[in-house]
Amino acid sequence: MLRLEKRRQPSQAFAYATPVMAVIATMIFGGLMFAALGKDPVAAIRTIFWDPLFGQHAFYYRPQLLVKGGPLILIAIGLSLGFRAGIWNIGAEGQYILGALGGAGVALAFYPMEGWFIFPLMILGGAIAGCAWAMIPGLLKVRFGTNEILVSLMLVYVAEQLLASMSLGLMKNPQGFGFPGSRNLQQYPSAHNADLIANTGMHWGVAAAFIAVIFAYILLTRHQLGYHIRLTGEAPRAAKFAGVSPARLILFCLGISGALAGLAGMFEVSGPAGQVSIDFNTGYGFTAIIVAFLGRLHPVGILLAGMLMALTYIGGEIAQSSMGLPAAAIQMFQGMLLFFLLAVDVLTSYRLRFGKGEVA
Amino acid sequence: MDLSAINPVLLIASLMVAATAVMIAAIGELIVERAGVLNLGVEGMMITGAICGFAVAVQTGSPTAGFVAATIGGAALSLLFAFLTQFALANQVASGLALTLFGLGLSSLLGQGYQGIKPPATPRLDIPVLTDLPVVGRILFGHDLMVYVGLALVAAVWAFLKYSRAGLILRAVGENHDAAHALGYKVVRIRIMAIAFGGACAGLGGAYISLIRVPQWTEGMTAGIGWIALALVVFASWKPWRVLLGAYLFGGVTVLQLNLQAAGIAIPVEYLSMSPYIITIVVLVIMSADKSRAPASLGRIFHATS
Amino acid sequence: MTEPLLSIRGLTKAYPGVVANDDVSFDIQPGEVHALLGENGAGKSTMVKMIYGLVKPDSGEMRMRGAAYAPAEPQAARASGVAMVFQHFSLFDALTVAENIALGMANPPALRDLAARIREVSEQYGLPLDPWRVVGDLSAGERQRVEIIRCLLQNPKLLIMDEPTSVLTPQEVEILFETLRKLKSEGTSILYISHKLEEIRALCDEATILRLGKKVATCTPRDTTAREMAELMVGAELHTPSRDYNEPGAVRLALNGLSVASPGQFGTSLKGITFEVRAGEVLGLAGVAGNGQDELLGALSGELRSAAGMVVLDGAEIGTKGPGERRRMGLLTAPEERLGHAAAPDMSLTENAALTAVDRRQIATNGFLNWGRARDFAKEIIARFDVRTPGTENAARSLSGGNLQKFVIGREVLQDPQVLVVNQPTWGVDAAAAATIRQAILDLAAGGAAVVVISQDLDELMEVSDRFAALNEGRLSDIRPAKGLTVDEIGLMMGGAHDMEVAHG
Repeated sequence: MLRLEKRRQPSQAFAYATPVMAVIATMIFGGLMFAALGKDPVAAIRTIFWDPLFGQHAFYYRPQLLVKGGPLILIAIGLSLGFRAGIWNIGAEGQYILGALGGAGVALAFYPMEGWFIFPLMILGGAIAGCAWAMIPGLLKVRFGTNEILVSLMLVYVAEQLLASMSLGLMKNPQGFGFPGSRNLQQYPSAHNADLIANTGMHWGVAAAFIAVIFAYILLTRHQLGYHIRLTGEAPRAAKFAGVSPARLILFCLGISGALAGLAGMFEVSGPAGQVSIDFNTGYGFTAIIVAFLGRLHPVGILLAGMLMALTYIGGEIAQSSMGLPAAAIQMFQGMLLFFLLAVDVLTSYRLRFGKGEVA
Repeated sequence: MDLSAINPVLLIASLMVAATAVMIAAIGELIVERAGVLNLGVEGMMITGAICGFAVAVQTGSPTAGFVAATIGGAALSLLFAFLTQFALANQVASGLALTLFGLGLSSLLGQGYQGIKPPATPRLDIPVLTDLPVVGRILFGHDLMVYVGLALVAAVWAFLKYSRAGLILRAVGENHDAAHALGYKVVRIRIMAIAFGGACAGLGGAYISLIRVPQWTEGMTAGIGWIALALVVFASWKPWRVLLGAYLFGGVTVLQLNLQAAGIAIPVEYLSMSPYIITIVVLVIMSADKSRAPASLGRIFHATS
Repeated sequence: MTEPLLSIRGLTKAYPGVVANDDVSFDIQPGEVHALLGENGAGKSTMVKMIYGLVKPDSGEMRMRGAAYAPAEPQAARASGVAMVFQHFSLFDALTVAENIALGMANPPALRDLAARIREVSEQYGLPLDPWRVVGDLSAGERQRVEIIRCLLQNPKLLIMDEPTSVLTPQEVEILFETLRKLKSEGTSILYISHKLEEIRALCDEATILRLGKKVATCTPRDTTAREMAELMVGAELHTPSRDYNEPGAVRLALNGLSVASPGQFGTSLKGITFEVRAGEVLGLAGVAGNGQDELLGALSGELRSAAGMVVLDGAEIGTKGPGERRRMGLLTAPEERLGHAAAPDMSLTENAALTAVDRRQIATNGFLNWGRARDFAKEIIARFDVRTPGTENAARSLSGGNLQKFVIGREVLQDPQVLVVNQPTWGVDAAAAATIRQAILDLAAGGAAVVVISQDLDELMEVSDRFAALNEGRLSDIRPAKGLTVDEIGLMMGGAHDMEVAHG
């Protein structure tokens, strides 16, 4: 019989090894799934993990990696701070939408005026809108003790309806021949989040993601606030004893994750997406949860995990068009990754022993 | 706008239908949480149940077979969660989220080719005389069987928790798993059974949506009902009868806003559509003052050390 | 002699890195009160867990009335007539007394019938108890009665009691002993685990003494002096703290009618607590667990806030201030629960050193942490308090209870506090570590700090305190000089036997 035995110290080696093990297990089981769907598993895995980087059309896909990875990393960094402290914001998708609406709202308010100050104001608008949306569960939790998981999630559905309302109503393009959706911000130079270096995919949102990684790293390892976040997650009573105010920490963690998700939405709407439309959101807010865990809630880990997840998105799209692999299979593939990570993560704090167990 | 188009008898009858899916899922989750486990994967299990039930019902032509398949599908998926949290000792919040994300993917994969098909109809109860009674007949005796199954489940769970020894043990495990372990109860085994029951209920609730309430298959069709079921358990303060109350409240809001949409009220459709979620938040806020009823071990990881 | 009820031969159980029991053998006779005596960590708990079927021995055998006895689980042990009252009660706060008792029985009758049986048995043994009350609302003594009655309802042949008196007032202890003697007279054997020698001399017929997992002796407590047993138990001369009596100085900490509601549903609110502690003085606060100790520590550490004037430190009103500010002003505290409250289990000792010392040890500048300084401080604590650990980067969880407690107390003492408040400073700590900790407390007071020691261990309080008071249901008794207090007086200060007077009238 197998049994688990708690380690005296969490294993450093396994902390690095478990994400790799999870990726390998996902490749194996994902391959089995692809085979069950009647696709060549080796070809499918190669299409997903290899072709976007080194395949024939890699020059086209590589920039996409940054375009997809940027928002995932940006959102996941924010979420990871809260997750570390045991504060579960799972409504990043809603904050992402609100950020896009906030940013686009600023742009459309100034249209067609041109000016250097418009884009910074949009950034501010996106961050504030996302932050405010996340503050709703934050304030309710602090004031009434309401469960932030459920409230933040409910607000995703509210945000989706708001998005629909905006793209059909207030923000609808008056010159759009009645089609839903706003003006295209890519055609509004002051508001366009263009590539910083042409055709690299490197837009302001990607830069913001890298800055967020560095910021989070310093916060967690060097700053007292980061120490308090970690302490609250590890031992909430000890954190209170150390003088951490739980209310302030909840508001900080939700606020920052909301602001980062809002930023991601703003950069997306003003760049790759271009306009507010009913189907603007594509699940980045939820995928970012996988990214945060896959990166073990560590900033550098999240950076790597975000790129990996972007790879599966792009590779998945290629596999979809070239092999006819269903989009849902890719979604399941990503879900599987989180499953395997959670399953093998136990090895960092526990040792697997063979032999007779105690009475369980 | 014409509010007279809203028929109160039909409104009550249809709110009972609208409430059934969330009620069944919530009563299952209530058992899971009373055992001390927080499974946030209800949405994923519901949508999996929805497609399992739908596919099997279409293939066999039997709604009953569909409901059985949904129950099995939901329970099977929940066992993944049970493995993660009870054996791999993974964080329950993360595992529940993983279950939901995985379930959404799985269901749309399984659901390919089922879009736009009509499932076999589930017959309504039709008792001569009783069903024909004015007002009460339609409200009490004119539903499909699952409406009554849902009510029976609530009653059964209530009796199970209050009167049975197994129910007492389940509550004990949820209150203090270390003490229960010290008394020799199999904490992990009891929790796995509770989780499977919760999964089965969620699957059943999902199938109710795809086979009766809508009835057809579209991706993501549960649209947050699973999350509302979780909110309902909090609203109910972990008491079965209040799940019933909460589900009818939610059903009422849903049906009312649909009726208002149909009646062409001057509020945009999107705002009416978000109202069930907003009202859920409001109710959560009101209920969160009463924290004392949560099972004390809820969400905590159990590992027998000796 | 008759056949022993339970005969234990060569029982051995090893855990990774430690042999909990090494070849232990002894017999328990029918109708005998048998003591299992030893220090914390001597292997008493593992031994009874094996008898109760919670842990399987690696080798050795047990025989019950001559027949092989190897319970695979507690149910099997209970079926064989073995019942156990746990040290940390395995009760369910949100359930009623009757429900709790039903859970501990193999085939309980309907709750209504069970309730009647509970009343009957509880009166028969002088332990009154209302079966419909919610357990979370009961006092520690009453909670223990729930456990005992749960056991008695099964008519056990062997009753195991693990440190039963640690949560009782002296009067409650007397009542418990009456009950146990009555049981013995009816032929029930009792295995009584304790490290309190006088209790064992008063109650037990035989004693088996364990040290570091090995049996060192079996003796008859009535014919053995407490000193002899202590030496067998400890195996070495102990260093007892030396007390320099100083004239107390100015008032450092004053509580003025401190009233705070408990944050927990089943906690105890503080009601009008008033005391003063002067520089150079140790105030000892006794009381059975759950009478407001945790709340008092919280109200002093700043985790619980009160009106400003209720807590006064060196003349400044600090009732509304948080933990950080109080520490900067010189009020330091050490809570009872080491893992999870005083220290974060999975964080390193360096990180745990920073937990309370950020300001007083200048570990942070402008909010940025200087881990080098934190590490130096951790090293200093380890060196000065003889904390046994491979290094500062080890997790707090990896330390033994005694070493972690030395680390926690050392962390506060070395920050040179004006006032130090400690709750249960030596609970579950081996004798050598306990002596170190007590000496540190006394040295601190001798250096001019005011110290408040909250403890359930009366011997400890008598050893360190200048003045003495007791907490009872969130209220504080009169404060008396510690010198010359008798056990009876202390018992009355602790609230007597609560509502147990009916017993054995």
